[in-house]
Order: sequence, then structure tokens, then C-alpha cells
Amino acid sequence: MTTMAILTIFVLSIFVGFEVVSKVSTTLHTPLMSGANAIHGIILVGAILVADKATTGLETSLSIIAVVLATINMVGGFVVTDRMLEMFKGKGGKK
Amino acid sequence: MNANLYAVIGLGVAVSFILALKGLSAPKTARRGNQIGAIGATVATVVVFFDPGSTKHHNTFLILAAIAFGVIVGVPAARKIQMTQMPQLVALFNGVGGGAAALVAIVEYLNLSAEGTPSKANIVATVFTVIVGCTSFSGSVITFMKLQELMTTRPVVFPGGRFLIAGTLAAVLATGGWTIASGGNTPLLIMGGLSLLFGVLFVLPVGGADVPIVISLLNAFTGLTVAASGYVLQSTLLIVAGTLVGASGTILTRLMADAMGRSLFGTLFGAFTAKPQAATGVTETRSVKSSSPDDVAILLNYAQRVVVVPGFGLAVAQAQHTVRELADLLTAKGVEVAYGIHPVAGRMPGHMNVLLAEANVPYEQLVEMEEINPTFPQTDVVLVVGANDVVNPAAKTTPGCPIYGMPILDVASAGNVIFLKRSMRPGFAGIENELLYDPKTSLLFGDAKESLGKVVSALKNL
Repeated sequence: MTTMAILTIFVLSIFVGFEVVSKVSTTLHTPLMSGANAIHGIILVGAILVADKATTGLETSLSIIAVVLATINMVGGFVVTDRMLEMFKGKGGKK
Repeated sequence: MNANLYAVIGLGVAVSFILALKGLSAPKTARRGNQIGAIGATVATVVVFFDPGSTKHHNTFLILAAIAFGVIVGVPAARKIQMTQMPQLVALFNGVGGGAAALVAIVEYLNLSAEGTPSKANIVATVFTVIVGCTSFSGSVITFMKLQELMTTRPVVFPGGRFLIAGTLAAVLATGGWTIASGGNTPLLIMGGLSLLFGVLFVLPVGGADVPIVISLLNAFTGLTVAASGYVLQSTLLIVAGTLVGASGTILTRLMADAMGRSLFGTLFGAFTAKPQAATGVTETRSVKSSSPDDVAILLNYAQRVVVVPGFGLAVAQAQHTVRELADLLTAKGVEVAYGIHPVAGRMPGHMNVLLAEANVPYEQLVEMEEINPTFPQTDVVLVVGANDVVNPAAKTTPGCPIYGMPILDVASAGNVIFLKRSMRPGFAGIENELLYDPKTSLLFGDAKESLGKVVSALKNL
């Protein structure tokens, strides 16, 4: 990938990131933070990529730790966010 | 797998994250948004095993075992956590994500330097990832300890602290420069260690009330580290996802700081401006008026309008359901009941809404601060349940106190104020509350759930 292509992706992503959350209500700050937190658990993909080609003992152990940590971040993040939002939904349903 | 197909799937996952964030911004679509994000993340995790770019598969079994282990640790933690302890769990999840990003960058760097000298751009991205990832990791651990009350929730400030922080930051940047110049492994590891130290020093001086802002900021940081490691790994998906979280996290941090009336700058650089607080030598001798459940019940019975101000104490006592029972009883008697929700009631913005939603409190009764404040003069009784800092007039009257400038609920303008408290202990921010000594304030001491239960039965007998 060329540096220019990466820069383009980066800058456009910043604007999309700003735009999608700019109108969030206070009520949803906590779930949104938690959901965004789960999304950066996607580092799991990176951890798997480096673990897959690790050859030395040091590289393997560090990357396997990274896989564990990233999995906790991703899976735990999505589950806890869902639990929070489940409560909001229950409330709406009983109206 | 075909490279184009792989890229298209990656694009689809990136779009799912955008839709997830978009969905999470509106109450109706929030849950579906989160689910879309989870599906996207799962797809990405599965297809990465078929990445056409990686031909060597050395550790597939180990990786699968590690994922299984992560799921076994993460899911029960997320399922079983009390909703009151949720902020620290989010902090912890964020920290491990930052740690993972730093480790990924370190391993890729070791790998690249074994094959030859990595490009300067790669080294710069690695240095950035390791610094910010390590800072985010250790900083999150400290926020976790503060929220879990494993350590003091007050700002930890020590003489010369600001020089130590500035010195550590300078050392981090210097070793970063050294790594970029020399391309060696040793400077990178020293830099990682110093970054861990910096994360600790950076969060220590932050007061308990500001911790949510710091969590949100570290969350944005972790997003950016993921983007930077995506650059090193040449993964568009990581760049997009990381940048999205970095950008939306920054906006969210600013929105939170606004909601709390805090300047972001002041929070972040609290370390450089905070002075060690002199212990107030004055022992409190003024008396407070304490009340009985029967008195409270009578007061509520003859009120026209009652506002409940819930705080973290309510959640700790698990009194949400009892509060709702009381509110239902009053509504049946023709009393108008509303809940005054401070944006940061609880431990994080919106935390109280989550807690009350758990107790099925009708959404229409939850009134945000800007709307409820003008109605306090027409309110007969305010019931402050386990809240303190969010009604503390010191935020308006005492410049220099840690919560000065934070908007508060003006409960003082109501007819009567009843505090349900366990003790005279000050709130999370650690500041004395003048309102407790106000003549129209009375206190009902005891566990919030028990006290409310007594008020409910007294009210039933009236």
C-alpha cells in the first residue's frame, strides 16, 4: 500500500469517526464508550497475524499473550455493551 | 483465499464498525449497532486465518487455544459483573486492548528487524504504538484500581510530581528518538518500560470524579495505537477501525468533559496544575438535622411534587427497586414524581440511566439536569439517595475545590431536601457538602435500601 493511500484512508476515517458520534445523547455515553472499546479489540486480527508467523520463543510467547488480551478486549467488550443495552431495550418494550 | 475477496470482506467489516458506532449513538438502534459490530469482528477473526498474505502458519493451534482462553476469561467477567462495577471493567478491557496493540507492534518489530532493517516509517509507527499502548495499559490499570477503590480516589499529588511526570515524558520521547535513530531492540524495550511508568504517573493525579474522562481518553488512545499497528502490518481494516475509535473516542471525551463542565485541558494536565491539598484543620462541629422514616413518609405524603436524585450510593445499596416502589406508591397517591439525573451520576456519564433502566424505571420519569433544574423551586421534597458531589454547592461557590465548575442539580431551591446517607463520609470526589448543614435539609442515616423500605411501609400505613 502506498503511503498516500494509507493517509487518505486515515484522514477519511477520522471524519467518519467524528461524524457518526457527534449527536449522541448523554444517556448513551457509557454504552458508546464501551462499544468503541470493543471495536478496538479488532487488534486481535493483528495479534493473530503476528502470532501466525512468529518463529522464536520470545515472539511466540509475546504474540500469544497479545491474542489472549485482544480476545478479552473484543469479546468481553461486546458482551458487556450488549448487557447494558439490553436493559434499555427492556424499558422501551414495557412502555 | 483470493486476495480481492479477502480485501472485500475486510471492507465489509470496516463498514460494520461504522454502522455499529452510528447505531450506538441513538437509543433505538444501539443494541443492533453493537451486534452488527460483534458480527463484523467475528467475521474478521475467522477470515484472518485465510489471509492470502501469510503463507507460514506456525502456531494455529496455540492461537486457537489462546482465543478460547480469552473467551473463557472475558465472557464470564462481562456477564457476571455488577452493573455498579461496570466502569472499571470497561477500563480494564481498554487496558488489555492497549497492551495487546503494544505487544503486536513489538513482535512485528522483532520480526522485521530479524529479516533486515525495518523502514523508518515502520519504526516510527512502532514507537508510537508502543508508547501509547503501554501508557494506555498502565493508565487503565490505575483507573481500575481507583474505581474499584483498591487505592485512594483522591488525586495523588506529591511534591515535585510534575517534574517527575515531565521528566518521564521527556525520557520516553528521548528513548523513542533513540529507537528511531538506532533501530535497535534494547531502546524499544526501555521505552516500553518508561511508557508504562508514564501511564501510572499520568493517571495518579486525576481525581475520582474525572476518572471517566480519562477512561474515555485512553480508549481513544488505544484506538490510535491499533491504527498505527495497522500501518506496520499493512492492514487496512486495523487502520480504519483504530482511527474510527480514535476519532469518535476523542469527540466522546470532549462531550463528556462538557457534560461535566470540566475543561479537558485541566483534567489532562491536572498533574501540572494540582497542588497538594492542605488538610482542612477545622473539625466539623456543626450539627445536622437527622430524621426518621415516619417523618419522611409524612413529608412525602403531603407533597405535590417530589424529585428523586439518585447517586452511586443507591446503586451500591441495590436500592433501585425500592426507589421505584416508593415512586409508584407516591404516584398512586397523586404526587408528581420525577428523577433528576445528573449527567455523571454514578461513575460514568449515563451510568445512572443504565442502573435505573435495570430496575424498570419508566423512561419518561428520568429528567436530565438542564430540564429539571428550573423546576426545583416548585418542588416540595427532594430525595437525595446516595448522591453527594452532584448536588454539592461547593461546585459553584468554592473556587479551587476539585469539582469547582461542574454543573450541579440545584436542589437547594426546593422546599425540603432529604439526604439518605450511610454516614457523614464525603462523596467520591472527597469534598465536604455544605448543603448537609442547611436548615431545610434533613438526613436519614442508614443503608439506602433499608431506609427506603421503612419509608415505603410508613407511607402505606398513612
